[in-house]
Amino acid sequence: MIVNETFIEISYFIATILFILSLKWLSSPTTARHGVWAGELGMALAIAGTLLYRGIVDYKLVVIGLVLGAIIGVPLGKVAMTAVPQRTALSHAFGALCVTLVGTSEFYLRAPNIPPFMMAVLSMEVILGSLTFTGSLMAAGKLQEVLPQRPMVYKGQNFVNLALFASAVAIAVILVLHPEQVKLFPALIFIPLVFGVMLIIPIGGADMPTVISLLNSYAGLSAAAMGFVLNSKLLIIAGALDGSSGFILSVIMSKAMNRSFSNVLFGGFGQIQTATAGGEEAKPVRSATAEEAAAILAAANKVVVVPGYGMAVAQAQHKVRELCDALGKRGIDVKFGIHPVAGRMPGHMNVLLAEADIPYDKLLSMDEINGDFAQTDVALVIGANDVTNPAARTEASSPIYGMPILDVDKARTVMVIKRSMAAGFAGIDNPLYYLDRTLMLFGDAKGFVGNIVRELSGGGHG
Amino acid sequence: MKLDLMSSLYVFMLAAFIGFEVIRRVSPLLHTPLMSLTNALDAIAVVGAIILAGEHKTNFAAILGTIAIVAATSNIVGGFIITDRMLKMFKSSGPKSS
Repeated sequence: MIVNETFIEISYFIATILFILSLKWLSSPTTARHGVWAGELGMALAIAGTLLYRGIVDYKLVVIGLVLGAIIGVPLGKVAMTAVPQRTALSHAFGALCVTLVGTSEFYLRAPNIPPFMMAVLSMEVILGSLTFTGSLMAAGKLQEVLPQRPMVYKGQNFVNLALFASAVAIAVILVLHPEQVKLFPALIFIPLVFGVMLIIPIGGADMPTVISLLNSYAGLSAAAMGFVLNSKLLIIAGALDGSSGFILSVIMSKAMNRSFSNVLFGGFGQIQTATAGGEEAKPVRSATAEEAAAILAAANKVVVVPGYGMAVAQAQHKVRELCDALGKRGIDVKFGIHPVAGRMPGHMNVLLAEADIPYDKLLSMDEINGDFAQTDVALVIGANDVTNPAARTEASSPIYGMPILDVDKARTVMVIKRSMAAGFAGIDNPLYYLDRTLMLFGDAKGFVGNIVRELSGGGHG
Repeated sequence: MKLDLMSSLYVFMLAAFIGFEVIRRVSPLLHTPLMSLTNALDAIAVVGAIILAGEHKTNFAAILGTIAIVAATSNIVGGFIITDRMLKMFKSSGPKSS
């Protein structure tokens, strides 16, 4: 059946081309959907090719697996946009589970005659796979708020984590040298499973964008390692693409939080000191009502909205769209300034605002918008805190010192919608709130924006 | 065997570079769909799982292989659906930017 073999090889080759094109087309919103179609076609070809493999004697299990997977996959593709971060974490867990299970089977099928290199990549596959599996489940649990979102820190945490990781590597080394020590293999899975849990325990919600990207990268690398084991170029390439994508995103995220990349790699993140929370007596702030806020907005020429995770929690994105429309009708220029780490995963805010029908050309990244604040009449901050904190520029003692921020304090008027004066997630006081040009709008984001919209449409004399 | 390994390493290295160059150009606007799409593509690992379950060399391998197919297929189906749903939402404000 030479024909079959050739067909499989060709289907994999074309699938590889389609996968690369798929990511290339994703670079712009105008071609992005072609990217999805290319990916789907490549996937269908590769699976069809594989099903022709003559070594397959039992189609029953394969079909059961494919059907069950599709049944689970459809609802996972239809979750609400606000649930996308936890869905993504969950899918990293599934990907890692697949890789770990295949790696485990390959080990037992081949042991004890496993050449050193093969055993090395196989170890990498199962170590990365199993730590990504539990780590991603933990991340998904925290994002779904099944688990506490607050970071849990204990003494000697780094030591415990390091010891776990080192022992997994040590077992891998032993197995590379002595692959006949079959009974050591379960430890090679079990220790990273525990390590994955321990790695995510100290992580707080604000660090999730970095962590999800990092887990994405691990999932990709473990799949690439599986490609080495199975000698499948298609899998190596897909894994390398996924791995580099996760890696790039982690670098962008860690830069946006001013953490060094090694800090991120070793799980040292999430340990922001909470001790610095404002101990001083309350400083005066100026607050305003929805009516006053509406009047100021109506008098503006240029408004920049800065959304954060608070907007997602309050589900305020649709009200924000109404506000954007109401202002647009009056000829006021409205743009959105989006910090790379706003929300719980890379690009989170963009997806929520796009879902609310806000055109993507109004969504600007931090670098694009920062120069505009000096000419902006009103910067409206909705549910964002640390990413607007001017202390990051000036106070060397601040835990977020050096973090690039959105320069909202350069706008003529700053309005901040916030539930109360309680410190933000990182527990850091925000000097922005005490500026003369800042107005605090206390209340629920959705309700408050709704009130402003009502004032704008009802008032008419603004 | 040795040759296979080296050519695999070359493939990995080249693919990683292509990945960097291609993904560096993805606008921050699309970082969430990027992650869900790469996740779906990564589930190509299903081909390994299909062979494992289909070859049925041992019951153990066949069962793990089947679970692996379920996990990967749910990523493929779910990943493509949600990526397309997200991308459909991204609309430009009008002819001026097309």
